[in-house]
Amino acid sequence: METLSFEFPAGQPPRGRTLVGCVGSGDLEVMIEPGQAGKLTIKVQTSVNGAEQRWQHLFARMFDGQTPSAMAIDIHDFGATPGVVRLRLEQGFEEIGHD
Amino acid sequence: MSSYSLRGLHWFNALSAGAKPVDGLPASLKVADGVVGEQPVRFIAVVADPDNRFVRARNGEVGLLEGWGLAKAVDEIIAADADKSHKRAVIAIVDVPSQAYGRREEALGIHQALAAAADSYARARLAGHAVIGLLVGKAMSGAFLAHGYQANRLIALRDPGVMVHAMGKASAARVTLRSVEELEALAASVPPMAYDIDSYASLGLLWETLSVEQIEQPTSADLARVTECLSLAIGDVATSGRDLSGRLGASNRAASSKVRQLLREQW
Amino acid sequence: MTDLLNKHSFVELGARQRAKALLDTGTLRELLDPFQRVMSPWLARQGVVPQADDGVVIAKGSIGGLPVVIAAIEGAFQGGSLGEVGGAKIAGALELAADDNRNGIPTRAVLLLETGGVRLQEANLGLAAIADIHAAIVDLRQYQPVVGVVAGSVGCFGGMSIAAGLCSYLLVTQEARLGLNGPQVIEQEAGLEEYDSRDRPFIWSLTGGEQRFASGLADRFVADDVAQIRQQVSELLQQGLPEQQRSRQADLFLQRLARLDAEPQIDAATVRDLYQGERS
Repeated sequence: METLSFEFPAGQPPRGRTLVGCVGSGDLEVMIEPGQAGKLTIKVQTSVNGAEQRWQHLFARMFDGQTPSAMAIDIHDFGATPGVVRLRLEQGFEEIGHD
Repeated sequence: MSSYSLRGLHWFNALSAGAKPVDGLPASLKVADGVVGEQPVRFIAVVADPDNRFVRARNGEVGLLEGWGLAKAVDEIIAADADKSHKRAVIAIVDVPSQAYGRREEALGIHQALAAAADSYARARLAGHAVIGLLVGKAMSGAFLAHGYQANRLIALRDPGVMVHAMGKASAARVTLRSVEELEALAASVPPMAYDIDSYASLGLLWETLSVEQIEQPTSADLARVTECLSLAIGDVATSGRDLSGRLGASNRAASSKVRQLLREQW
Repeated sequence: MTDLLNKHSFVELGARQRAKALLDTGTLRELLDPFQRVMSPWLARQGVVPQADDGVVIAKGSIGGLPVVIAAIEGAFQGGSLGEVGGAKIAGALELAADDNRNGIPTRAVLLLETGGVRLQEANLGLAAIADIHAAIVDLRQYQPVVGVVAGSVGCFGGMSIAAGLCSYLLVTQEARLGLNGPQVIEQEAGLEEYDSRDRPFIWSLTGGEQRFASGLADRFVADDVAQIRQQVSELLQQGLPEQQRSRQADLFLQRLARLDAEPQIDAATVRDLYQGERS
């Protein structure tokens, strides 16, 4: 298991918070809460070691060319594929957006 | 050399010397009405019955007959003392290697039989009977849940053969996808995973841990010591509540208290 | 939300969604929600990723207008196994529900059981928590019903199958399995001849929901449908305490077992024959 931290430039914090997913095999739990203005922080606890670069790339691609809101994201990952990670994050962003 | 433990039987015989045996129960149950000091008590032990009709329960395992039989033995006491102000104590002598693992057991609902035993012990406790668990050997998993774990007070003898656990090492290794060696290494650093009684004591679940001279066959000094401890435990129950809150408070079980406190605040 | 209401399968819902699906609309209030991050103190140090709610959802609300606390186990997280925190959440909630009743508030409980039993990484603390859960069910059950639901797909095993046996009422579906010992463990302990853990039809025939209902070890057999399960749970809660608690029938079951020829290996039909008869 590894714990990783990431940070990206961001806009204003969202109002709501949400949780999607579950720490089941091949899945992950994503918790999104309002963070500090200007900063998007992501903390990942993952069962897969040595994947820091992959997480970095995945997040960088997702936030490329946009200013995400200032979220504090907590991820508990149980070996999800990048596709599932992306799906869960988008699901979470959508729920936050609807608040 | 027998293939099963005789500790439970020996301690039952020693403690219940002069007590009145209770019949009408499966042969794998030893039940007698006697005294501890001045206090009237019912002693209950699950012992090996090599002729058990259920072949997977011949080595002292808690199976179908044992679960329902324990329920009956405890229910009798609850009913007999229902109108009395002073309720007899129940002493569960615990030396149970496991629940019974078998096709007949699962098919016939061993979970329901064990539920019946836990139910009766819990109701005895709620009705005001002191229920004391005396651990003289193994206290494993479902067997312990059915016979002993509903006690107000747990007393363990300090010996390598006295152990509480959720699963035997081989099976636990298989289920958690570890080797037995890895499991043992983890157990050494994670108290709830350990198999020894001192690690278990660090969880705060025991009321007392006692050393004896001869765990297999108690000496008269051992008997005196355990009898005194049982007396104190019965007295202690009388001065405090009927629930299991006495098991909370150890630093190795801090989260159990914290969760309850937070739930209460948010209730 | 609209998405959730359109689904009919209960089994495929997660623990939180299940709780929401059973409670009267708008009444759910979760206690110790995941954002409070009360997680297992034991998993991370063994290299196992924790879950924010430790796999147990405690939700208060009402069902058919009656005050209820639901404890829902998330079967997808560590096989629904109970560790210290998840176990204490269930035990603590049941203890508070019993206190409510002593204070004149008739809180009932519903347990959504998808669990392999003790979480072996927290072994003795899981076992202790399950003993606390047993104690709390027996206490609460004096006042108000405790309804157990085994919907599937994990099933209900280990010490929590004993908890299921203590419930006032037990509701199962076709997808449910209920047994003390998991098939793998029985095979490990007793051998392939006794119990072949890979023979799924055999295992379902003995421990599946339909068989448990047909042999009187469960009270309701319901289709995997949210509306039907909610309806049945609501009925059971309205019904109040059962006339006869299943786990208090020692004489009856000892008589039945005495009638059984325990020599030959057993099959599902034998169990039904032996246990049937009392169902109205």
